[in-house]
Amino acid sequence: MTVFLGLPTAPRGVGNLRGDQPFPDAARTALRDGQLRANLGHATSTIRAKRAAVVGEVPDWAQLRAAGAALKRATMARLDEHLLALEEQVTARGGTVHWARDANEANEIVTRLVRATGSDEVVKVKSMATQEIGLNEALEAAGIAAHETDLAELIVQLGHDKPSHILVPAIHKNRAEIREIFLREMPAVDPELTDEPRQLAMAARAHLRERFLRARVAISGANFAVAKTGTLAVVESEGNGRMCLTLPETLITVMGIEKLVPTWRDLEVFLQLLPRSSTGERMNPYTSLWAGVTPGDGPQEFHLVLLDNGRTATLADEIGREALHCIRCSACLNVCPVYERTGGHAYGSVYPGPIGAVLSPQLTGVEDNASLPYASSLCGACYEVCPVAIDIPSILVHLRAEHVEAQERTTVEALGFRWLAKAMSNPRLWHAAQKAAGLGRFLARGKPTMPAALPPPASKWTRTRDLPTPPKETFTQAWLREHGG
Amino acid sequence: MSARDEVLARIRTALGDRPAVAELARDYRVRDDRPADVLREVLADRLEDYRAQVLRCAPDRIAEAVSAALDAGLGAGWRPADVVVTPGLPGPWRPDGVTEDDGRPAVELAGFAAAVTGVAVAIAETGTLVLDGAAESGRRAVSLLPDCLVCVVTSDQVVGGVPEGLARLDPVRPLTMISGPSATSDIELSRVEGVHGPRTLVVVLAA
Repeated sequence: MTVFLGLPTAPRGVGNLRGDQPFPDAARTALRDGQLRANLGHATSTIRAKRAAVVGEVPDWAQLRAAGAALKRATMARLDEHLLALEEQVTARGGTVHWARDANEANEIVTRLVRATGSDEVVKVKSMATQEIGLNEALEAAGIAAHETDLAELIVQLGHDKPSHILVPAIHKNRAEIREIFLREMPAVDPELTDEPRQLAMAARAHLRERFLRARVAISGANFAVAKTGTLAVVESEGNGRMCLTLPETLITVMGIEKLVPTWRDLEVFLQLLPRSSTGERMNPYTSLWAGVTPGDGPQEFHLVLLDNGRTATLADEIGREALHCIRCSACLNVCPVYERTGGHAYGSVYPGPIGAVLSPQLTGVEDNASLPYASSLCGACYEVCPVAIDIPSILVHLRAEHVEAQERTTVEALGFRWLAKAMSNPRLWHAAQKAAGLGRFLARGKPTMPAALPPPASKWTRTRDLPTPPKETFTQAWLREHGG
Repeated sequence: MSARDEVLARIRTALGDRPAVAELARDYRVRDDRPADVLREVLADRLEDYRAQVLRCAPDRIAEAVSAALDAGLGAGWRPADVVVTPGLPGPWRPDGVTEDDGRPAVELAGFAAAVTGVAVAIAETGTLVLDGAAESGRRAVSLLPDCLVCVVTSDQVVGGVPEGLARLDPVRPLTMISGPSATSDIELSRVEGVHGPRTLVVVLAA
């Protein structure tokens, strides 16, 4: 079992890694929302088909995937050395590197850096790391307005909503809902705006244009950082990233310490794996790469904030650390039967879906997200599509075991299994138990499954799963009847 | 302890087992040996798939092709003064009367209707043009702010796959990889071309 090394997890009370409700409760609400399920079903089936088509045209996909997994393993095994190399390179090229133990510290650093510029607003490139630490909320508390510029993030921000997908944060909204948000929240929007996606995109363009041109400070995340050269990379589609990364005077990039690759050449693997796995494109429209500052081109002040926030605690778990290999493509969300039905909000964390179910509990400590490792059917589809071959089902099982072992009081489930073990190791008890189970046939009233309304604790099972009605006779009885003693 | 030292110490504690790392097998494709004309066709096909327009021309007819590209992007009546070109764009490629980027404040570039740039490398398999901030590619804002972007690609710049493309680049330059015009899929996963970057991309492919 996991060796507890006492490494601090992401702190409570800040950021967006913990939900208000356990997954089963949140999921129940989500499942009742027919509109949500229709939006999600349409979006996930579309993207699944696109991804399958572009992955299918790459003959060496299996080799690329294996190389991606091996590179991430190599990165983690020497993470300290790679981070020091990155720091040296970024510094040598005119950037400043900051280290943050957790969300609070990262928020403080960024707030201080923005204040030092004298600006009271920033433009933001979509970034999971800053969502994770609740940076927008922290900036707002400090009197600094943070404007999201990715279309989906803008929809979520204007809708006073939360993102529900790693890549397409507004996947739970359809075009009619987006139109309503824009009409309500965009000051100068054309009232004749239709719900045609092109018109909506153009409304966002007009809304953000002036903001880009006046912005003095931008905040981004990073998809990759090359340790050996100090190169950072942001992968995007709309050009909002390029606007933020090149026009302002100051750029602040917040990056999880796991997002490294050792060498420039390693990007040749990830720049093939990521776009095809995420948006189902051969290549995303724009990728920006920069190392420090370049005189006359782009921001003249660059800060890189390296964020731990529970990542070292995750690294300490020999099985669970593989979750740090994630390149945030979200392919696992799009194939997950659980995600497809509940949507991302039910997971309570900025990292939803299968990868979220293994990453969030490790970043926060399993007890703070104890229901997430169970938010899966263990069907294995997530492992199949993962471009860096993270064995999510095995980590889920591992975390479930960790949760069970952490229980100090005996649970009903544990009692049940203890009793079952006893009964199964004693033939007389076992036959008696089977006979007793047969009495359940009265409750079923001739139906093939037991009613969902069984009394607790059985209701916990029957509410969400079919419990077959016990057969008239057991296998042993049938054998005896047909073959004699 | 400083945050830096503490994070590093945590990593060393977490990696107490110092897992051994296997040698990486780069047994994926790192070269594409198809002939140059085939690669050009693949590049054009992939660019067009992403709603870029591709104009082909002979190497000595680039200026005409650039003019035709501007016709395609802006309509026939465009004014040369509304077109900005990168400082390193070869003279013979430039239509008469266009403005050379002189390092003015980047936001002023938004006033131009179109920009013309060269590229550092073009990756056929993914339909990707890479600009490297050198004089021919120009600074990043040039290829970003005008609504129409014309990129000139010469035959020697076309490579097959991503590995060959990256191998030709300098990792410490500001690099921009462009695959089709600006696009979004954020509304019901349906692709819409053109949001914040140039909404029109025209590629002049000279060979």
